[in-house]
Amino acid sequence: MKLIRELWTSLIESLVGLGSVVRFLLRLLTESPRALLRFDLIAQQIFNSGALSLVIIMLSGLFVGMVLGLQGFQLLQRFGSEEALGTAAAIGLVKELGPVVTALLFAGRAGTALASELGLMRATDQLSAMEMMAVDPIRRVVVPRFLGGVIAMPLLAAIFSLIGLFGAQLVGVQIMGVDSGSFWSQMRSSVSLSDVNEGIVKSCIFGIMCSLIAVYEGYYATPTAEGVGRATTRTVVTLFFDYLITAAFL
Amino acid sequence: MTGVIGARGPTATLNQSAAIVEIRNLNYAVNGRPIFAGLDMDIPRGRVTAVMGPSGTGKTTLLRLITGQVAADAGSIMVAGQDMRAVRRADLYVLRRRMGMLFQNGALLTDLSVFENVAFPLREHTDLPERLVRQLVLTKLQAVGLRGAAELMPGELSGGMSRRVALARAIVMDPELLIYDEPFVGLDPISLGVILRLIRRLNDALGITSIVVSHDVHQISTVADVVFLLSGGTVVAKGTPPQLQSYPSEIVRQFMGGLADGPVPFHYPAPDYFGELLGRGERP
Ligand SMILES: Nc1ncnc2c1ncn2[C@@H]1O[C@H](COP(=O)(O)OP(=O)(O)OP(=O)(O)O)[C@@H](O)[C@H]1O
Ligand SMILES: [Mg+2]
Repeated sequence: MKLIRELWTSLIESLVGLGSVVRFLLRLLTESPRALLRFDLIAQQIFNSGALSLVIIMLSGLFVGMVLGLQGFQLLQRFGSEEALGTAAAIGLVKELGPVVTALLFAGRAGTALASELGLMRATDQLSAMEMMAVDPIRRVVVPRFLGGVIAMPLLAAIFSLIGLFGAQLVGVQIMGVDSGSFWSQMRSSVSLSDVNEGIVKSCIFGIMCSLIAVYEGYYATPTAEGVGRATTRTVVTLFFDYLITAAFL
Repeated sequence: MTGVIGARGPTATLNQSAAIVEIRNLNYAVNGRPIFAGLDMDIPRGRVTAVMGPSGTGKTTLLRLITGQVAADAGSIMVAGQDMRAVRRADLYVLRRRMGMLFQNGALLTDLSVFENVAFPLREHTDLPERLVRQLVLTKLQAVGLRGAAELMPGELSGGMSRRVALARAIVMDPELLIYDEPFVGLDPISLGVILRLIRRLNDALGITSIVVSHDVHQISTVADVVFLLSGGTVVAKGTPPQLQSYPSEIVRQFMGGLADGPVPFHYPAPDYFGELLGRGERP
């Protein structure tokens, strides 16, 4: 009986939480058109969160690609169809690994930075100061960061997939000796535009989720050092959890 | 020096029409603990008004109420004829363009340089050419003695310097109402003199209304026209600084004289001291 009651309250709580996140998203979206007029602010944020995650994403892309190349080669060799390595690697990267791994890394690197930056601005009265200067902090600070993250994610996922493909090629073609021509031509003929689109849609969804949760947690952080730390942790935990659920559905 | 600081306008008259901020029967509680109970206050236009009171009485909270950052539970707050409880967000922002506020810790935007911090309101609200923005910003920075620090980042400033930059930012839009939260804390005697004179000069030369929150009895006496002393959620005394010095009340004498014993409790509400030390007495 007690268990049911506890489950019930936690269900209600998470629904309330979800509701306020959705309301926050709607607020961001209504401010977005006007924020787009000041694209310099958004470009700055794309640069910030993009540059922050670029190196780590390129490195992991390379290694994931190389592992994929090796594993794929060994698997395909059993069926004597090593030439399909290009196709296998490309589909794996573009549809699944690219968006998901990029989203995880982006949450850990840029998401936490975003949450702690906003939390700190809250804790040091910077957001109140802006309001006192008749500047809406949502429009001036939150929306550019949100849009910056949303735009950066698909770009980073594309970079991840590209480098991953290069890594797979490195192992498969250069080391294992798959024919370079068939590696690329098979890939080009059998990876369709819809595969690529699926990857883009996924990384856009992850981009919206990641940026939304990060700015939400940061903006509503308790204005203390501890609160900022908690907001950062919650961002990562919530995001990993949400990614898992979303990835399962998609 | 006294010539500048001591110069007062015509004697302060506290009549209704001259008030830029009118507070009636204000009630406000945080987490069920009342901060204000039936507070009345009239802040006269074009004067320097000081709000004093023991730490934790709610001076900062009062400023947040006046500027519409938080809403009162009951009572009315009128600022320049606007009811802060019924004001629409757009009107509030229009009103705030006419206000400048100096936060207790400066609250500079950490990702912008000192120059850009001061330029921030201009860039957000005006389309002035860069040359003019530069001129305005440098003039204000010069006034607080930090023109040379224009290219530093807020992280490279000391606490007192941050506060002075924040002051430059608060006056860059030429507000009608300037609100200072603890402007004297952490200033060396020289900057202190400069800031005191600046508050006075902004008030006398430009007719700006100033509200200064502070517990520094001595500094306040040199700069304020009217003093409100808060304690226990209400105004316990008001008047000119000399009037307050000789106020016929225990509370005021305790505060102005800096005595620990008196009607104002020095301690935050707590269970019996000895009882708690000895492990008796439950915490509420
Ligand atoms: N966010 C908050 N949550 C809970 N209590 C708060 C909060 N903000 C203020 N208080 C309480 O309200 C009271 C008034 O706080 P306030 O900051 O206005 O005091 P103050 O007069 O400005 O003090 P000081 O002179 O030390 O700056 C304090 O007792 C504090 O405990
Ligand atoms: Mg205070």
